[in-house]
Amino acid sequence: MEHFMNPRNVGEIEDADGIGEVGNPVCGDMMTFYIKVDDGRLSDVKFKTFGCGAAIAVSSMVSEMALGKTLDEALKISREDVAEQLGGLPKQKMHCSNLGADALHKAIQDYQAKQKEEEAQNG
Amino acid sequence: MPEVYLDHYAATPVLPEVAEAMRPFLSDEFGNPSSLHSRGDAAREAVDEARERVASLIGADPEEIIFTSGGTEANNTAVKGIAWMSRRKGNHVVVSSIEHFSVLHAARTLEKFDFELSEVGVDSTAMVDPDDVRGSIRDDTVLVSVMAANGEVGTVQRIAEIAAIAREKKVLFHTDAVAAAGYIPLDVNSLGVDAMSIASDMLYGPKGVGALWLRKGVRLMPLLDGGIQEGGRRGGTENVPGIVGMGKAAELASGDLASRAAKLTGMRDKLISGLMSAIPRLRLTGHPTERLPWNASFVVEFIEGESMLLFLDQKGISVSSGSACTSRALKGSHVLVACEVPAEIASGSLLFSLGIENTPQDIDYVVETLPPIVDRLRQMSPLYAKYLKEGGG
Repeated sequence: MEHFMNPRNVGEIEDADGIGEVGNPVCGDMMTFYIKVDDGRLSDVKFKTFGCGAAIAVSSMVSEMALGKTLDEALKISREDVAEQLGGLPKQKMHCSNLGADALHKAIQDYQAKQKEEEAQNG
Repeated sequence: MPEVYLDHYAATPVLPEVAEAMRPFLSDEFGNPSSLHSRGDAAREAVDEARERVASLIGADPEEIIFTSGGTEANNTAVKGIAWMSRRKGNHVVVSSIEHFSVLHAARTLEKFDFELSEVGVDSTAMVDPDDVRGSIRDDTVLVSVMAANGEVGTVQRIAEIAAIAREKKVLFHTDAVAAAGYIPLDVNSLGVDAMSIASDMLYGPKGVGALWLRKGVRLMPLLDGGIQEGGRRGGTENVPGIVGMGKAAELASGDLASRAAKLTGMRDKLISGLMSAIPRLRLTGHPTERLPWNASFVVEFIEGESMLLFLDQKGISVSSGSACTSRALKGSHVLVACEVPAEIASGSLLFSLGIENTPQDIDYVVETLPPIVDRLRQMSPLYAKYLKEGGG
């Protein structure tokens, strides 16, 4: 409830290193995660969410859990971890926690893909 | 913090007079109306009195009232019971696409048993065009069912016109008046309908009781076979306390109909104009003028209904959203879909259903509380960000 009433890390990062967008408004939930990477660690994580109460709480929790972690650690944050940290979610809301972890992973993958491109160009 | 209840479409408080009328039938007056001794007589008299009161609310003959377990059973009984009984005459049924599921799904069940179904659409205000009903009626049509008013968006349908068409085509016509009865004048004879469903829990009566009015001579296959209760059209020992409560609630609603409607309409219009001027990109759903006195329904663009509902709940305001997230199927409301509200906007639906115990101060509190919640959620919304970037706002 706390993460729903007072969500952390709401917003966008103008010069984000990676962006991950999942879901769509037609099916009820949509999340966008923005990350900054410094020295292999997530130095900033922000999100925007369109969705129900659980979707907002999940986004906030995922952003808190990911902040300061290495990319590998952040990629290991699972859907179940998020639900557990929030003290459990009703069954029909589990898809919300799936979206949160998915959006974060997608933002990291986006960053990693960009890195590879740069390496290829420089190499 | 104020407590403001605005979800009367889900449940109405039971009026003290109603609870008082029911009380003896929950204890000392436990008789079965079918019994021949004096305890049975007392129960039967109470049920008969309730039958008269319910009949009087809709200008009906008391003998034509069948008590049921609620609006859902009344609708199922009408749709399935009339269609099955008329099977030899034909196998086609017409309903509107915005019916309550107890009509719509009952009709779809008939489809699995050799019936054909036509669903008549609505315009963007959720209004059924009577000519569309006329166009859907075939030689083998046995039943048309169109609701008197839609509870989700408030639109009041042109029932008398649709009933006249059905009569002209010699097809039976049922109307689900659960959302409407007690709030707009309904007279079964001047409307010209053949069957009408009403429910106690929309009338400040108890849950678990409703009624189907069936015009004399209309035949019905009972949903519940059993004894000869309710003229053999609904078996099972009567829910005496519930029926007595519904009777009292109907009596109070009949007496106060005009003043209740005027009070609710005043608050409804205050709420609609207050929110429409305070919140940009807010749309009223349903019909702007032909709407139920208690209904103020909206879609708020760029955000989702349930999150608004939860924030309002934290501020002591109870409403409903009826949107995607509340259903496991992740489907938008079939009513908003029928009105061609785009799916991503339909998920931002918010329904305020007003009640007679609400006050103008309640409305002021909502008008001051909702806009900052909408702002906050929009700040979080990727759709709103996109809209601003594309030059909106």
